[in-house]
Amino acid sequence: MNSQDFQLFSNIVKSRSGLVLTEEKVYLLESRLVPLARRRGLENLEALADEVRRSNDEHLLEEITEAMTTNETFFFRDTKPFDTFRDAVLPQLLKQRAAKKSLRIWTAACSTGQEPYSIAMLLKEEAAKMAGWRVEIMATDISREVLEKAKAGLYSQFEVQRGLPIQLLMKHFHQVGEMWQIDSSIRAMVKFQPKNLLEDLGSVGQFDVIFCRNVLIYFDQITKSKVLKEIHKALADDGALFLGGAETVLGICDSFKPIDGQRGVYTSADGGLTAAPQANSAA
Amino acid sequence: MPSCLIVDDSKVVRMVAKRILEDLSFGILEAEDGKGALNTCLEKMPDVILLDWNMPVMNGIDFLRTLRSSENGEQPVVIFCTTENDMAHIREAISAGANEYIMKPFDRAIIEAKFSQVGVL
Repeated sequence: MNSQDFQLFSNIVKSRSGLVLTEEKVYLLESRLVPLARRRGLENLEALADEVRRSNDEHLLEEITEAMTTNETFFFRDTKPFDTFRDAVLPQLLKQRAAKKSLRIWTAACSTGQEPYSIAMLLKEEAAKMAGWRVEIMATDISREVLEKAKAGLYSQFEVQRGLPIQLLMKHFHQVGEMWQIDSSIRAMVKFQPKNLLEDLGSVGQFDVIFCRNVLIYFDQITKSKVLKEIHKALADDGALFLGGAETVLGICDSFKPIDGQRGVYTSADGGLTAAPQANSAA
Repeated sequence: MPSCLIVDDSKVVRMVAKRILEDLSFGILEAEDGKGALNTCLEKMPDVILLDWNMPVMNGIDFLRTLRSSENGEQPVVIFCTTENDMAHIREAISAGANEYIMKPFDRAIIEAKFSQVGVL
């Protein structure tokens, strides 16, 4: 691929999703965009680049962006953040919201849905403590294609074996041919909608917990800072933000402070959770 | 070093599982059916058992029931690893005392995930 075409594709992806593609990622671009070019009857990436320049077709630009975003995810990814949510953050929020009995949770860049469904299953397990509560789980992603898969809740045998304990598979899934589908009672707990994190997030409202894990790692510093500022607006002052294990707000955004003893969990610098939660050991 | 007994009548499956589990720092024991596995357990109980279902002489579910009712047989973590990939078999295995269940084919990521879930990694 010549450097002008590479620049064209990387600019499209950067401006629309924030994803930074460096020259060494040219293989990734080729492996993801060649199938897209073929589907459109184009011979190679040079032809695809010409088509972009010629048509500036909005749908094509969207397809290119979606093809380049990473959708790697699995149930209860990294385990620890879900233990922290259940054992430290949730009990605290149940106290803080006792009068209102309402919780709003947002999983940003949810990909094919394993993260919001993991949260939904976890909350279902805690149902006894939450009788009479109204819980909303909103799950968003830039890619409409992955959201369609997420809504269907259909997973391969391989997908249900990465991170999902067998007891939860038995409790919340049923077989559909060679696939496994999460039960409608869990699917109904999650509302999926398309959302680009680079856009103004004002319309999403305020959340008590936001999971935005393994997203910022793909952005440059300026984009990280911009997205974190928007997320801060969407997080209640006494809410919690979960980032991925390799991500931090430190040196990027001073609107958050880490919650003591909880790696990767942050709260608003303006207020914060009223007490530092203490995580129990993983179940 | 924790020990893992791999019980499978397929030499290839045992070899693949052994390679992955040795990488994860397990000491490996092998048996090609339930009867051989019981003899190994009588000598010294392993920490983990990776167990196939369909085997000659004694199958996996009969082995598991016998193991769980024997002295110290409640100790090892038992993870089924089988081509019986339906809910009825999963429920039968868990009610017989299996701790986890792997549906073949498996890879390193699945082995690691399942062994982590049961706390042996």
